[in-house]
Amino acid sequence: MSTHSHTDRNHITGNKTYVIVWAALMVMTAVTVYVSYINFGILNIVIALVVASIKASIVALYFMHLKFEDSITWVFALFPLSLLALLIGMTITDTFTRTIVP
Amino acid sequence: MANHTIAQNVYVPFLEKKGIWSWILTTDHKRIGIMYLISISFFFLVAGVFALMLRYELLTPASDFVQPHTYNVLFTLHGSIMVFFFIVPGLAASFGNFLIPLMIGAPDVAFPKLNLGSYWIYLLGTLIVLIALAKPADTGWTFYTPYSATTDTDVVLITLGVFVLGFSSILTGLNFIVTIHKMRAPGMTWHRLPLFIWASYATSILQLLATPVVGITLLLLITERTLGVGFFDPAKGGDPVLFQNFFWFYSHPAVYIMIIPAMGVISEIIPVFARKPIFGYKAIAYSSLGIAFISFLVWAHHMFTSGISDIAATIFSFLTFLVAIPTAIKVFNWTATLYKGSIHLHSAMLYALAFVFLFTIGGLTGLFLGALAADIHLHDTYFVVAHMHYVMIGGTVMGFFGALHFWYPKWFGRMFNETVAKIAWLFIFIGFNVTFFPQFFLGVQGMPRRYATYPAEFESLMSLSTYGSWILGAGIFIMTVNLIAGLINGEKAPQNPYGSLSLEWQVPSPPPLENFEEIPHVTDWSYGYGKKK
Amino acid sequence: MGDASVEHSHGHHMDPAVEYSSSKLGMWLFLGTEILLFGGLFAAYAIFRAKYPEMFFEQHVELNKKMGAVNTCILIFSSLTMAMGVSAIQRGKQKATAILILITILCGLGFGVVKYFEYSAKFHHHIYPDTSIFFSLYFLMTGLHMLHVFVGLAILSVLFVLTLKGKFNAKYSTPVEVGGLYWHLVDLIWIYLFPLLYLIG
Repeated sequence: MSTHSHTDRNHITGNKTYVIVWAALMVMTAVTVYVSYINFGILNIVIALVVASIKASIVALYFMHLKFEDSITWVFALFPLSLLALLIGMTITDTFTRTIVP
Repeated sequence: MANHTIAQNVYVPFLEKKGIWSWILTTDHKRIGIMYLISISFFFLVAGVFALMLRYELLTPASDFVQPHTYNVLFTLHGSIMVFFFIVPGLAASFGNFLIPLMIGAPDVAFPKLNLGSYWIYLLGTLIVLIALAKPADTGWTFYTPYSATTDTDVVLITLGVFVLGFSSILTGLNFIVTIHKMRAPGMTWHRLPLFIWASYATSILQLLATPVVGITLLLLITERTLGVGFFDPAKGGDPVLFQNFFWFYSHPAVYIMIIPAMGVISEIIPVFARKPIFGYKAIAYSSLGIAFISFLVWAHHMFTSGISDIAATIFSFLTFLVAIPTAIKVFNWTATLYKGSIHLHSAMLYALAFVFLFTIGGLTGLFLGALAADIHLHDTYFVVAHMHYVMIGGTVMGFFGALHFWYPKWFGRMFNETVAKIAWLFIFIGFNVTFFPQFFLGVQGMPRRYATYPAEFESLMSLSTYGSWILGAGIFIMTVNLIAGLINGEKAPQNPYGSLSLEWQVPSPPPLENFEEIPHVTDWSYGYGKKK
Repeated sequence: MGDASVEHSHGHHMDPAVEYSSSKLGMWLFLGTEILLFGGLFAAYAIFRAKYPEMFFEQHVELNKKMGAVNTCILIFSSLTMAMGVSAIQRGKQKATAILILITILCGLGFGVVKYFEYSAKFHHHIYPDTSIFFSLYFLMTGLHMLHVFVGLAILSVLFVLTLKGKFNAKYSTPVEVGGLYWHLVDLIWIYLFPLLYLIG
């Protein structure tokens, strides 16, 4: 908690944290690009998406200060993602369980 | 709750300021609500006239009044205007705007300028669609591919207009969610909120999170027509059913965008005129959120005959039945509230009772359609038309009329003629049932929707339905004239004509500019009728 | 909230703390809708990727991985400068804020320039949005993203001018923070687009 602030603003992130986050993002970018030159089969997709998700998470947590937000913000940040999963999941379920060739 | 009548000497009603600019640039949620109210009512009447024309064509089996193509255009216009101009923004934008700040004890919404922007974006969207009418589309309001990607009518412009309307809907939803979270008066805890607020909150979440999906869907349709993208085109490796998946991911929740606010209205009207505390407050409140949530899980029940997989169809059929649970919870609680109440049949209450009755028919026939096997037979027949109109008119429009009659004195500071209002209600109730009840039978007998002609054996039911539409039209006409007459020469409305306990009735009619002299401190819920809780 | 009512009785001004948290919540809600707007494209990607794995594999090599990687670095760096800009204004450093926003804008423009070269190279090879499902996805996803970059740049330009005019300070930094959130979203989406299109196609 900062001392001089009268509002409910609770946190000012230091530039040091930001630079560390940035360096981590750069390293992960390098890793995905490197991995893409090697053929792991299906694992390539998994690796790429996991790394992208980690990157996205730390951007949200630190750059976007989600880490310091209240629970309502968390709910509204995460709920759309579950709807996205639903949209993709059920559309795929439909598309790949059809017995009649469209 | 405090009484504010002492402050009469400084009371400036929000309608005081005159002149066109005081409307165009207003950030007052009550005025923006009025602008929405006028716009949606106008489009409701226009689309209603289209409906009368459609019914007139169906009076006889032959297509003697309009050509089949004109008929297709007319039902596209009727559906698109009713859905996108009237019923989706409808109650949520008009009464939502007027009531939310008043009911939670706030001077305005969280973002008043954005609120005004939403209105003008809405109007821009309607304008684009109206321009598109120069070459009207004939796709129906659902814009299904592949037809919508190939017809030579102007689909691009009309979908662009709908996209813009969606943007307005998103911003309104966003505004209301933040308002309800951040602007409640001290003491206005979540469990003291009027049920209309819970309903608006659930609606806003749907507006916020379902609309962008239809936005991208319509954009894809536009690129399909302009850039030759082939996501929905089998010839290019695409899948036309994908369009339907995307479209209904929004448009099913949109059905609840249309109905949930009306449910909120009913929850406000019934306890006041039954003079009893609302029964099962929490059950009603959370069932609104429950409906909103489940509505995301059922979209493909519109597509059982579109060629989706059996597995998906079975899952969606099962999930569809879940919607019945929160909906039935509401109906049971309203009925329980009426039980042993001292019921006063004010016109608003008549509409509320009509809602409960008709919506129950609409809801139960929905279960027939949700059942996979029955739907294969009933899909795209008049049974669907009847079901949908029982929910949309019997539900939403009854809620809308109920809200109009209930909050009319508060909003405009005038009273309407109650006797005439009751007569209009009778016409509407009878006319509605005569119009749409026969359509259930037509549907079961296999009459498909969206045809300008039909076999002679259906003539008696079809013409009965058309006669009903005339009674319904007459009722709406009487109601409209009565309400407009009340604005001109109705007597002045008292602050709280029904002895209601919620906050909006504790300020003068019409409310002052910033709603409250002093932000109230709320100490109780607003349903403590009859006995003190 | 205790004595907020006293303030409300004269005038339209919201309690600054309420306004601050409202604005931020509002922007987060909006970002949710943006994710679902892109969601339709992501869903289409998932379906067609599963349906036509060979097409995606054969055609994604046509994309310029290096340019994509460079653009990824540019956007991540711009996110860093934006975040630092927010911290700077929260500490009341107006000049630093202006400089950081300016760097962010320049990065955004750089991103656009790289993208311009990529698009023209594609057009040069007669690759258009209607070439195949894969390239439809490529053009629509990056195109819609580019649109968001432009909107972001417009917002940042306004913030830059207002910062120079001294409109923001340690006590009032809401627009910078909210605008920053939007810019980060642009970065977030690109974080997914880059591997999906350029790397694992």
